[in-house]
Amino acid sequence: MSPLQDINPLDPGLPLDPLPGHSSRGRLERVLRRGEFAVTAELNPPDSANPQDVYDRAAVFDGWVDGINAVDASGANAHMSSVGICALLTRMGYAPIMQISCRDKNRIAIQGDVLGASAMGVQNILCLTGDGVQTGDQPGAKPVFDLDSMSLLETIRTMRDEAKFLSGRKLTTPPTVFLGAAINPFVPPFEFRPLHFAKKIRAGAQFVQSQYCYDVARLRDFMIRVRDMGLDEQCFILVGVGPLASAKTARWMANNVPGVHIPDAVIKRIEGAADQKAEGKRLCIDIINEVKEIAGVHGVHVMAYRQEEYVAEIVHESGVLKGRKPWQREARADEPGLVERMEALRQRGPVSPEKMAERAATSA
Amino acid sequence: MAETAAKPAPVQADGKPPAKPAAKPAPKAVAKPIVGPVNFAADGRVRRRISLKYWSIRNARLLEGFYKAFAATLVKLDPLWRAIGYERAETPVAAVERAVKGTLFDCRMCGQCVLSSTGMSCPMNCPKQLRNGPCGGVRANGHCEVIPDMPCVWVKAWEGSRLMTEGDAILAVQKPVDHTLKETSSWLRVTKAAAESARS
Repeated sequence: MSPLQDINPLDPGLPLDPLPGHSSRGRLERVLRRGEFAVTAELNPPDSANPQDVYDRAAVFDGWVDGINAVDASGANAHMSSVGICALLTRMGYAPIMQISCRDKNRIAIQGDVLGASAMGVQNILCLTGDGVQTGDQPGAKPVFDLDSMSLLETIRTMRDEAKFLSGRKLTTPPTVFLGAAINPFVPPFEFRPLHFAKKIRAGAQFVQSQYCYDVARLRDFMIRVRDMGLDEQCFILVGVGPLASAKTARWMANNVPGVHIPDAVIKRIEGAADQKAEGKRLCIDIINEVKEIAGVHGVHVMAYRQEEYVAEIVHESGVLKGRKPWQREARADEPGLVERMEALRQRGPVSPEKMAERAATSA
Repeated sequence: MAETAAKPAPVQADGKPPAKPAAKPAPKAVAKPIVGPVNFAADGRVRRRISLKYWSIRNARLLEGFYKAFAATLVKLDPLWRAIGYERAETPVAAVERAVKGTLFDCRMCGQCVLSSTGMSCPMNCPKQLRNGPCGGVRANGHCEVIPDMPCVWVKAWEGSRLMTEGDAILAVQKPVDHTLKETSSWLRVTKAAAESARS
């Protein structure tokens, strides 16, 4: 299908026309449901109040990714909020994946943020528990953890599907969001991890992004259980990958970033290379190539922290897009039929869900 | 998960290139001993010095059977509770519950006990108070991300649940904690509900 279908002709910042079987009106869900291999990336949140910082950081992903994660105080460090980043990104037509972590906000604040985000055009929300405050720059902060990732998923699913708050109070317009969660198959308890994943799906997860994968063997074992349980058919699985800048960084991450597992063989491989940075990128591409062949994997999530400029290169060299071009802010002039289709869409005007239902009812 | 990607930030805040943060890994580990004395939990609550919680998890099956019998007895005593008045029984029963479950499970008196669904490992002992499973930060040795000297509550819960006859209750999605029930007796609440449904 043409990527042109993934643009609202009236304004790139507006939601797309609703499609049957889709819970959101965003591009990421469409790409995944079409059966294409999706690529998402993580935006490094600025420590500034300048919107241009966000635009610049998003621009490096332009035309290479299907979704941009807006992190919520990642690693318990204060940064621009995910709601703020998403507000800026949706203005420009990007497809942000808003992360919500349970560490900093209670259920009242979170439900308000979900409504606000959806009103701004955020179509994807990723529900996280969040790192403990001890990992960040302000360890003296009060950890909230009012909800956990599971009850957060259930809360937002209830808001979307039943149009009510956790308390039961009604919503006049429910948020339309594609719900995501995180999985980490690389840390104990290994036996429980697939079952825990199944629990997240029951709670409402429609897609998951995994922690950094440097141990493909362990991911394969996990995916065998996942396929046995049929979970890959109920939920889209995006595997987290990322380039390691050097062997030292790798060791630091393995020891200091909670939940990151890096096998010694991987560190040795980077250590043995003449150009460690290039080898780290090569390794990332190799892992993507291994991961994409695993049955049940629907995409990759590239987390190139402070190496965001390499994301395009990594995605290009791994060839996972198979020639597909994700949405780009500037329409390509060489896109065949672009002008005609945009004009046709503009004349047709927006389609409301009510009109669609009406049309379906009369044609049946 | 994904958000852990930005973890090196505090070291890199000075704008050094990404290769730099690894330059001083040791000082960072030493500079941030967030975990205070052993009896202090990161969420600000005092951990018990003496608790049989690991014995309880190892004997989850025994305790499961015992609790079933005990809960049935409490329901049979419903006329007594009603004679005293559930409200008036609250304070003494809660005190007994706090002492017993505190010793056995390091109970935090959340007032909505889910021990039967968590392999007899009290989830309120998790620094993030997760009631639905482990977070993604469990260490390779199965210990907690926040309190490195403590085994992960959910690794233990999984072990305990495998010993229990109805251990698969661990797969049920739990509702968020109702903080208005804190410090109240979970035993009495369950008993009252069971007795009322039996009568009707």
